[in-house]
Amino acid sequence: MISVLRTSPRPGGTGPTWRFNWVGRIGLAMILFWAFVAIFAPMIAPYPIGEIADWDYFGPMSGQFWLGSDYLGRDVLSRILVGSRYTVGISLAAVFVACAGGVILGMVAAVMGGIFDTLLSRLLDAFNGIPSLLFGLVVVAAVGSSIPVLVLTLAAIYLPGAYRFARALSVNVNAMDFVTVARARGERTPYLIFREIFPNILGPVLADLGVRFVFIVLLLSGLSFLGLGVQPPNADWGALVRENIEGLSLGAPAVIFPCIAIATLTISVNMFIDNLPKKIRDRSE
Amino acid sequence: MTQQPLVSVRDLRIGAVTDAGRKVEIIKGLDFDIHPGEIVALIGESGSGKTTTALSLMGHCRPGCAITGGSIRVGRHDVAAMSESARAHLRGTEVSYVPQSAAAAFNPSKRIMEQVIEITDIHGLMPKAEAEKKAVELFRALALPHPDTIGTRYPHQVSGGQLQRLAAAMALIGDPELVIFDEPTTALDVTTQIEVLKAFKSVMAAGGIAGVYVSHDLAVVAQVADRIIVLKGGEIQEEGGTEDILHRPAHPYTKALLAAFEPVPHVPATRDKAPNEAPILQVEHLFAGYGAVRKGEPDVKILKDVNFRIERGKNLGVIGESGSGKSTLARAVAGILPAYRGAMKFDGAELRPDLQSRSKDQLRRCQMVFQLADTALNPAQSIEAILSRPLAFYHGLSGRAKAARVAELLDMVHLPAAMRHRLPGELSGGQKQRINLARALAAEPELILCDEITSALDTVVAAAILDLLKELQSELGLSYMFISHDLSTVEAICDEVLVMLKGEVVEQLPAARMAADAQHPYSRLLISSVPQLDTGWLAGLDRAG
Amino acid sequence: MPRSLTFYILIAQRLGIAAVTLVIVSFAVFFATELLPGDVAQVLLGQAATEEAVAGLRQAMGLDEPAIWRFLSWLGGLATGDFGMSYVSNIPVAELISDRLSNSLRLAAVTTAISVPLALALGIGAAMWQGSLFDRAVSILTISVISVPEFMVATLAVLIFAVWLNWLPALSYGAEAGSFGAMLKAYAMPVITLGFVVSAQMIRMTRAAVIETINTPYVEMALLKGASRRRMVLGHALPNALGPIANAVALSLSYLVGGVIIVETIFNYPGVAKLMVDAVSTRDLPLIQSCAMIFCVSYLLLITIADLTAILSNPRLRR
Repeated sequence: MISVLRTSPRPGGTGPTWRFNWVGRIGLAMILFWAFVAIFAPMIAPYPIGEIADWDYFGPMSGQFWLGSDYLGRDVLSRILVGSRYTVGISLAAVFVACAGGVILGMVAAVMGGIFDTLLSRLLDAFNGIPSLLFGLVVVAAVGSSIPVLVLTLAAIYLPGAYRFARALSVNVNAMDFVTVARARGERTPYLIFREIFPNILGPVLADLGVRFVFIVLLLSGLSFLGLGVQPPNADWGALVRENIEGLSLGAPAVIFPCIAIATLTISVNMFIDNLPKKIRDRSE
Repeated sequence: MTQQPLVSVRDLRIGAVTDAGRKVEIIKGLDFDIHPGEIVALIGESGSGKTTTALSLMGHCRPGCAITGGSIRVGRHDVAAMSESARAHLRGTEVSYVPQSAAAAFNPSKRIMEQVIEITDIHGLMPKAEAEKKAVELFRALALPHPDTIGTRYPHQVSGGQLQRLAAAMALIGDPELVIFDEPTTALDVTTQIEVLKAFKSVMAAGGIAGVYVSHDLAVVAQVADRIIVLKGGEIQEEGGTEDILHRPAHPYTKALLAAFEPVPHVPATRDKAPNEAPILQVEHLFAGYGAVRKGEPDVKILKDVNFRIERGKNLGVIGESGSGKSTLARAVAGILPAYRGAMKFDGAELRPDLQSRSKDQLRRCQMVFQLADTALNPAQSIEAILSRPLAFYHGLSGRAKAARVAELLDMVHLPAAMRHRLPGELSGGQKQRINLARALAAEPELILCDEITSALDTVVAAAILDLLKELQSELGLSYMFISHDLSTVEAICDEVLVMLKGEVVEQLPAARMAADAQHPYSRLLISSVPQLDTGWLAGLDRAG
Repeated sequence: MPRSLTFYILIAQRLGIAAVTLVIVSFAVFFATELLPGDVAQVLLGQAATEEAVAGLRQAMGLDEPAIWRFLSWLGGLATGDFGMSYVSNIPVAELISDRLSNSLRLAAVTTAISVPLALALGIGAAMWQGSLFDRAVSILTISVISVPEFMVATLAVLIFAVWLNWLPALSYGAEAGSFGAMLKAYAMPVITLGFVVSAQMIRMTRAAVIETINTPYVEMALLKGASRRRMVLGHALPNALGPIANAVALSLSYLVGGVIIVETIFNYPGVAKLMVDAVSTRDLPLIQSCAMIFCVSYLLLITIADLTAILSNPRLRR
């Protein structure tokens, strides 16, 4: 079940060995699949997304409409393919803003310490004290929903968590003697942050980025499901479920497949980050 | 002895699975016996398989390991062939265990008494009241204070030395025939170690109980063991009576272990002193501490009124037990923990307390080397990057000049130049400590602060590091401030010694005459507490336990 | 049990943090709903309104006063039970909320009563038989539930129980629930959905907390005393995992707050969350503020309880 592959062999045979199990590989494959779909969606979608192609509504799966038709008789497959651009794109943008901001602030707080650290931590913890979906509801109620607002809101909701995570890791690394050595050498804060601390928290931070990406996808879908996320005529996967919720009692594929699309994306990200390729150091080698 | 042995181990093999999923044998076919009432020591360095072997006598292997062959007979049972539930019946009643760190082995949320008598409850040995009575008797026999009430406390409310003795009571409550001691005094200070060793020895002798004593310290083992088994790489190197091993070692490895104990007299560096030369470091009335600062004084005051000087080319040792403030002193001198009062002079010029207000040149001339080589090297940087940084930072070297200097530094600490491509995680403990030294040398310092740099290393490796320090000193004219809890290490390298107790210097005297001239009662206690390679040493101490 | 001074200091500290957080949160809610949208009077009257009309309304609503003053009087109103008037229906917000709140609380209570014991049993069981088939099955199930949106759990529940098995009505709270059976059916779908979402978190965190304590030297020591697996887990690991577990329970229950918004919407359940989602679509700001504060306060309450239990269960703080 476990395959071991060797990369970049060095003379003498002491190069690093990587282990990447099949669960992680499936996860990675699915992620790459959705990334591909999001990039090339307009080219591969069989129908224009707005076109009412079927006379029937909530039509079944057929050779003509692989995933059935929706409440207006539009092709569900095309709408899911194009919807991936919103779900993946908005979530990616939000997670990068949240993690970049959170990690930099977290490292600075850990290295500086003192009053800066205390105040920032208290403030961001307080923001963590607002349930995420509620925060989204209130902001959308106040300023309306648009894609930049969604990205910033989602980023604002998950920044405190990314900060807290990165700060905790950085505080641990900061307490290590090698950072003390660098400090005693006379190094300045930017060097400490980017050369001594960052390389040592990178792995966990990337895994955290994945976890947070999943949360953001779920929250965005939830907002869209409530009609507060991506606005018509555009639709992400959550909005597709909302549009077609009437078809639920009919068991229509138009409700089920957008759900499955979300699940395949979030589950594959989780599978990948729980089974990242591991560098193996065989101590007795 | 004609008696049937209590324990017979034959061709014991224990396997482990490495990270890569490869199987390796970590115990490679051991044979040994233990007779009733006999204490056998398993001695060796880290990774020798001594703890693994001892735990296998209880049928227990740490996760990832498994007994792959051979037999372990304890009393009437073959432990290797037993089911896990049958082994559970054996544990606590026939074989019991005293852990290395009792502080971690006691459940923090339960009272001590409940945990000490738990074995009697698990195996249904006796009613609770009777068990508690027996526990109190054991507490008394182990010379614990307040034997009647100590059991009502929680583990965090008693000291480390007491917990270690309570762990022994826990092991003895079920009247076992064999007790396994897993480095039980390694985490203790020398003065505490004596009391614990005495207590162990007397209860074991009184009960006629057999024991396995796992340790890396030959001098400690000499006090308690009847027989010594020397392990290395999962194989027995030598086995014999304690006196034989100490005085007539046959195997080269045993000889190397003993040689590391030989006192190496320190030869002071001889150099011509320039007239009016300032001491390299002079410290006057130094106070330092941790915590929030109020009215110019920190909450937790550690150092109190410390004075000393180090002459150029000389070495100063600082000894004391944990909590004496010796590491704090090094940190205050290095500027990592700014002193809140007092004055320091480096080569005659004022040395400000905090890093920010020291000049780059002052920082360069005084380097610090830390105890734990693992945490002192950035695991994400190659050895080359680690050594290059001070070269670029202090000396502005780059390109070929820098690379050449890195190779030179590696050569100075006797490591091959090819090692510069490795990451710290791929090096052994001794190699990491050499890289640590090389990084300090890269700055071209005049004073190196060494904070317990040999304490985490195996005896033989530590001895080699000390030799290296001496060699570097004669080549480069360095001065060392050498912090250690180990008297013999300090004697081997230092000219002068400071004895510290609770943040104060109680005595300063020449290292060579320490044993003879020490006046302060604490210095005398410390000197007399260092275990000697002499089986009669512990018994000969006329000190109350 | 006698407690040390540090213990009381820690408790006071936690309560202080909770109070400060509440102030910051209420300011954030106020800021978002009163200041972000721009001129509320303009919003209410629409773009076509005359300047005089807008100015008149602004004065009538007290919008001329400084923001900080309005914030304080709003906060004072909340504290005394005066939640303001709904913009849309012109009924006092308190009146709109009171019925709905008891509905939501009932839903939360039933879900908690079912999911907490179930989740604890499954979480501790999975930790006890770590690596077994049972453990793996539980892990896969919980990861799946956590990885999908709440509305998908609800959708699946409807598909399985209402569409395919035909056991339960798809949309719950239609007419008045007459009999006990009818009431059970009315609650079943929302409770099943919420229960799944909340339990999955709880099981994961409980399992992790117990496993962490199983891997400690004192549990290995218990093994070397001859203790059974049951005794090691229940007698030694569990008492030390109580703090983290209580923390996990409280934290998971705070997922109720998010879950209930989706569940009430999808099942058309007349609770506070449904009220709030409707208020968002009509931009009824006083109603949104009050609902948001109710959720924030309950969330904060649960988080604070989680922190306090962690402090209470720390043996080092006993004297």
